Amino acid sequence: MGGIPHDHYEPNSRGEKWLHRRLPIVGLMYDTLMIPTPKNLNWMWIFGIVLVFCLVMQIITGVLLVMHYTPHVDMAFASVEHIMRNVNGGWAIRYIHQNGASLFFIAVYLHIFRGLYYGSYKAPREVTWIIGMLIYVLMMATAFMGYVLPWGQMSFWGATVITGLFGAIPFIGEGIQTWLLGGPAVDNATLNRFLSLHYLLPFLILGLVIVHIWAFHTTGNNNPTGVEVRRTSKKEAEADTLPFWPYFVIKDLFALAVILVIFFAIVGFMPNYLGHPDNYIEANPLATPAHIVPEWYFLPFYAILRAFDQEVWVVIAADFLTGGIVDAKFFGVIAMFGAMLVMALAPWLDTSSVRSGRYRPMFKWWFWVFAFNFVVLTWVGARPAEGIYPYIALIASAYWFAYFLVILPLLGVIEKPLPQPDTIEDDFNEHYSGDDGTPGSGTAAAPSPAE
Amino acid sequence: MNPVSHAEDPSGERRDFLYYATAGFGAVAAGAAAWPLVNSMNPSADTRAASQMRVDVSGVSEGTQLTVLFLGKPIFIRRATPDEIEAAQAVELGELPDQIARNENISGDVEATVENRFLPPFGGGEGDGAAAAGGWLVMQGVCTHLGCVPLGDGAGDFGGWFCPCHGSHYDTAGRIRRGPAPENLPIPAAEFIDDTTILLG
Repeated sequence: MGGIPHDHYEPNSRGEKWLHRRLPIVGLMYDTLMIPTPKNLNWMWIFGIVLVFCLVMQIITGVLLVMHYTPHVDMAFASVEHIMRNVNGGWAIRYIHQNGASLFFIAVYLHIFRGLYYGSYKAPREVTWIIGMLIYVLMMATAFMGYVLPWGQMSFWGATVITGLFGAIPFIGEGIQTWLLGGPAVDNATLNRFLSLHYLLPFLILGLVIVHIWAFHTTGNNNPTGVEVRRTSKKEAEADTLPFWPYFVIKDLFALAVILVIFFAIVGFMPNYLGHPDNYIEANPLATPAHIVPEWYFLPFYAILRAFDQEVWVVIAADFLTGGIVDAKFFGVIAMFGAMLVMALAPWLDTSSVRSGRYRPMFKWWFWVFAFNFVVLTWVGARPAEGIYPYIALIASAYWFAYFLVILPLLGVIEKPLPQPDTIEDDFNEHYSGDDGTPGSGTAAAPSPAE
Repeated sequence: MNPVSHAEDPSGERRDFLYYATAGFGAVAAGAAAWPLVNSMNPSADTRAASQMRVDVSGVSEGTQLTVLFLGKPIFIRRATPDEIEAAQAVELGELPDQIARNENISGDVEATVENRFLPPFGGGEGDGAAAAGGWLVMQGVCTHLGCVPLGDGAGDFGGWFCPCHGSHYDTAGRIRRGPAPENLPIPAAEFIDDTTILLG
């Protein structure tokens, strides 16, 4: 795979040969597991495995939770309490599922920002990036619908606000909103279909994950230098790479173990830290909570949604130019989805031919401002929309768009990149030869210590 | 494969026609099969049937509000005090972000005056300003921004309603004055069928 020369699976026994002629599934698994992987991958490359683990964990705990849950407006809230109090180990399964969503999003944000810094989205990995963005959107839809199921106050009002976004679309919005809800307001029909879709979407995500892996196994992994693995001969390819099994699997599993220690400490000692206490009040369509806040992982986009009110000049201009069709409400919705769209278009907006941020002296700064800006958006999304906060949200939202639409296209033209190493092997030797005192020979492909 | 002979070949044209006809019928059939599936997600018959409700408002005195749930959404029935009516009347139309009454009981886009926002008492009342004098304000209690329920009892900077979600302020006639909401609180189809009963829907 990946055009990187390496040994392929050869069936040896009669049984293997028999199966291989009929279904080459063992060969497929062997080539997937033994894929040549750049040997200079750093700790930011562990999140793929963490994400796959999260998906599997959420599916397993979710299947178990559905066995005890009742999707009806009169019984849903009580059935969740039933899971917490009566079902054997139910509290643990629910808390793992609930906090598992948070772990999933922490990992996906780190994974995305890794890709943005090291230019993993650039040619030839655009399709991997686009599929990743689709997975991310499906994750958000799944998490949103899952949050509605316990039928607490935040469930109900979160669902009302988010489905209200579709009602903001001119002309057809109201029809779409009614169709999504199955009635004039969030009610039993809504709860039932959200359970159905919350169960369905993870399997679509699983399918896309397989395509995502297929795509980057075709192009080969990116790496911290952004320099391609040499494909000219097997010997050179082997100097740049190590097989995924056992080297990277063991590294990734070690990282996963460390992460899970923290995760289970949270599940065990502070399971509701990331949740909202109002969701332990049963849904009431007559009383809106004083302050509706989405789950933390939606906050950056929620901040962008709220930032564009009718006092912002671009909103006034859009309203005027479209004859009132694009009002402040619809503008906010466009901005929110537009924020995700410009990120998905990063491969075509970034004009620099240098992949890794390591060799881009100007890009580095803008990137870290972007990362900090993301934290600011998350923080301001949880603040009430009054006082100084709307201005902070507006500036931070503007930077989000400026980063993708202005900074990335311009940097490729005006920036003078630093020299990159010729090969991954050079980078690896430079990194590992000085530390333990042994001089780097430049040709030694095998790591010297301890073997 | 030769385009000239293909054009002159009547059986080729016939074949093209058959391709397009088959593909066309296939697309229509796929659409016809998909529509019932899509439509099954629209509101069901029992949801559509619950479309009228009578509300006894004899217990609503001046300065109080009754909230009822109608079609899954709250309906505010408020009897405004003379001060509140006066405050709303004092507002120039030009100051309003949304100058349309948003009243389902009056056809056309009429101005958002107090008279066009309040519900006339039983029998219609006497003379101009009868609706305002009665002080009955019946509105859907759903913020026109993103659908939260605004807080009442003189909340917000204009003495009417305030939406806690994103900070929209409505005045004593339920008109948007400040914040992200684009429109006044909508007035549903409603009428007095006797002195103390309002029929919704």
